[in-house]
Amino acid sequence: MADSIYGLMARFDSASEIFHAAEQVRNAGYKHWDCITPFPIHGLDGAMGVRRSHVPKFSLIGGLTGFTTGMSMIWFTGAFDYPLIVGGKPYFSPLFAFPISYELTILFTAFATIGGMFLLNWLPQHYHPVLKSKDITRGLDDTFYVVIEARDPKFDLARAKALLTQAGAKEISELEA
Amino acid sequence: MAHSAHSEHAAPAILAEVNPAPLPRATLVESKRSFNWVTEKICGIIEGPTPRWWWISFAVSCFVASFTVIGIAYLVSTGVGVWGHANPVNWAWDIVNFVFWIGIGHAGTLISAILCLLRQKWRTSINRAAEAMTIFAVVCAAIFPVFHVGRVWFAVLPGYLFPFPNSNAIWPNFRSPLEWDVFAVSTYGTVSVLFWYIGLIPDLAVLRDRFYKAGNKFKSALYGFFAMGWRGSNRHWSNYEMAYLILAGISTPLVLSVHTIVSFDFAVSLIPGWHTTIFPPYFVAGAIFSGFGMVITLMMPLRAIFRLEDLITQYHIDCMCKIILATGTIVGYAYGIEFFIAWYGSNPYEGFAFINRAFGHYAWAYWIMITCNVITPQFFWFKKVRNNIVLVWILSIFVNVGMWFERFVIIVTSLARDYLPSSWGYYSPSAVEIFTFFGTFGVFGVLFLLFIRFLPIMPMAEIKAVMPEADPHSGHGDSKH
Repeated sequence: MADSIYGLMARFDSASEIFHAAEQVRNAGYKHWDCITPFPIHGLDGAMGVRRSHVPKFSLIGGLTGFTTGMSMIWFTGAFDYPLIVGGKPYFSPLFAFPISYELTILFTAFATIGGMFLLNWLPQHYHPVLKSKDITRGLDDTFYVVIEARDPKFDLARAKALLTQAGAKEISELEA
Repeated sequence: MAHSAHSEHAAPAILAEVNPAPLPRATLVESKRSFNWVTEKICGIIEGPTPRWWWISFAVSCFVASFTVIGIAYLVSTGVGVWGHANPVNWAWDIVNFVFWIGIGHAGTLISAILCLLRQKWRTSINRAAEAMTIFAVVCAAIFPVFHVGRVWFAVLPGYLFPFPNSNAIWPNFRSPLEWDVFAVSTYGTVSVLFWYIGLIPDLAVLRDRFYKAGNKFKSALYGFFAMGWRGSNRHWSNYEMAYLILAGISTPLVLSVHTIVSFDFAVSLIPGWHTTIFPPYFVAGAIFSGFGMVITLMMPLRAIFRLEDLITQYHIDCMCKIILATGTIVGYAYGIEFFIAWYGSNPYEGFAFINRAFGHYAWAYWIMITCNVITPQFFWFKKVRNNIVLVWILSIFVNVGMWFERFVIIVTSLARDYLPSSWGYYSPSAVEIFTFFGTFGVFGVLFLLFIRFLPIMPMAEIKAVMPEADPHSGHGDSKH
């Protein structure tokens, strides 16, 4: 185990190269590793063995909260806190409360989805060894990188380098922690 | 992390073996451009020096916007009587302008959400600018309902529009479609901003790193702050893509509901010509129609100025024209059905309202509407017309004009001639009203010019993702020059 480095960063020049490299790293049994890509590559989640995102759970909770908030707010204001007859209509009815509850469902779902995405991605995180690399500009432009972290239990500098070279890496650099 | 890599068998091995038959697809980025070309092209607009035309347009837009500022200041200091409203026409240009602008916004959400769900990949090069258009249109739209109350502080004080506890102990009337509108439009504005911002994050990260490399620490920090430390990690992309999909999924019912609720403002009332069940779908189709008109009005000059022909191709223009054709035809059909139902429903007031629209005092407005909205889009049946960029742009202006008149016809003709002949009237706008509306184009222009100067006008990551080299199964396509 190398303590002084964060990990290895290996360059690949096309989407299909990193796709196959990701399969090999996954099959080698690494857990703490990642791909840096300028855009989401179709199927790369499967090649990396990343499981389905948990974001929808946040969305569901947000949506339910929003709908409940809408309905209970309209009931509270119109039927409980200050009952007032307007146009001979009932103090509360789920029918006239629906449009606003519907909008609040969407509003809360949006916030929960985005909040969930940030939480799961642990963003904002303005400091990261990958961002310190001089290659990150290209990594967000037209080049693809595999990063294997040193904290992975299977990590061994020489073996990881060999794996990445065998997977077709064009260039391998060490990331400082 | 929530989901680390697990067993070796997570991905079906068959993926690598599947080899679907190649079907010809429209090219979305022409001239076989590389990923790097896309980055350079779009970042270059922001990184380059400010062009002279930008300053000129910006100055003109600021000047025009000042009309809105002055008009509103005059309205607030004097009273809502400075507008031409008088009994029986108490809704006029204010609500016309509100519906006009909010409708324009709908194309942005249609492109970013509905076309995303329908996997229409051509949306990628126009969605950023169209979403920006949505947000700025909502800003312009919001001016009118807020200020048409005259004593504007009542609109912002707690308890009147939004339910906050207040010293008068009153709550808003949730039975009213106008209150539904408050929630619909404010949700729409908020979710549009969120959706737009989420789309911007990866591109802001690109700019952050490019400015850092170029030695501009201030801009790097500024873009970096909003980029949230994005680093292109695929584990992040996985959650990001899911969040984006969900936002698209909820924005779709949102955009449909917003104009539905706007149409409820009219349809739930008892005014002849307003009280019709066709209003929600007809308003939504009209909104998308007018919004695409505005997208073309904005994108054609941008395409020419920034030489974006490889990114906004003839195929993109064709698609937009066809949507205008489809929605314009739906709108024309709705005009016809309104007449049919007015006759078939045997309500003399309803029948009169429609005869009056077409042949009454406001017939001039009605026939402008019919010409612009029903006849104009029919030209898009012809490929020759769609291929003529200048003609497409001119026709898009007609669409914008026609849709403004549609709202004018609906709102004003019905109010000017309602049940009691003794209360009939004729409405003309005042100079203050005309200039206030004129100024909103300046407000929109200022915001849009700032957007094209400081933010990437196209989503780089999304464009790259629809290029052929982005497909990991496309063979070993080299992304380099």
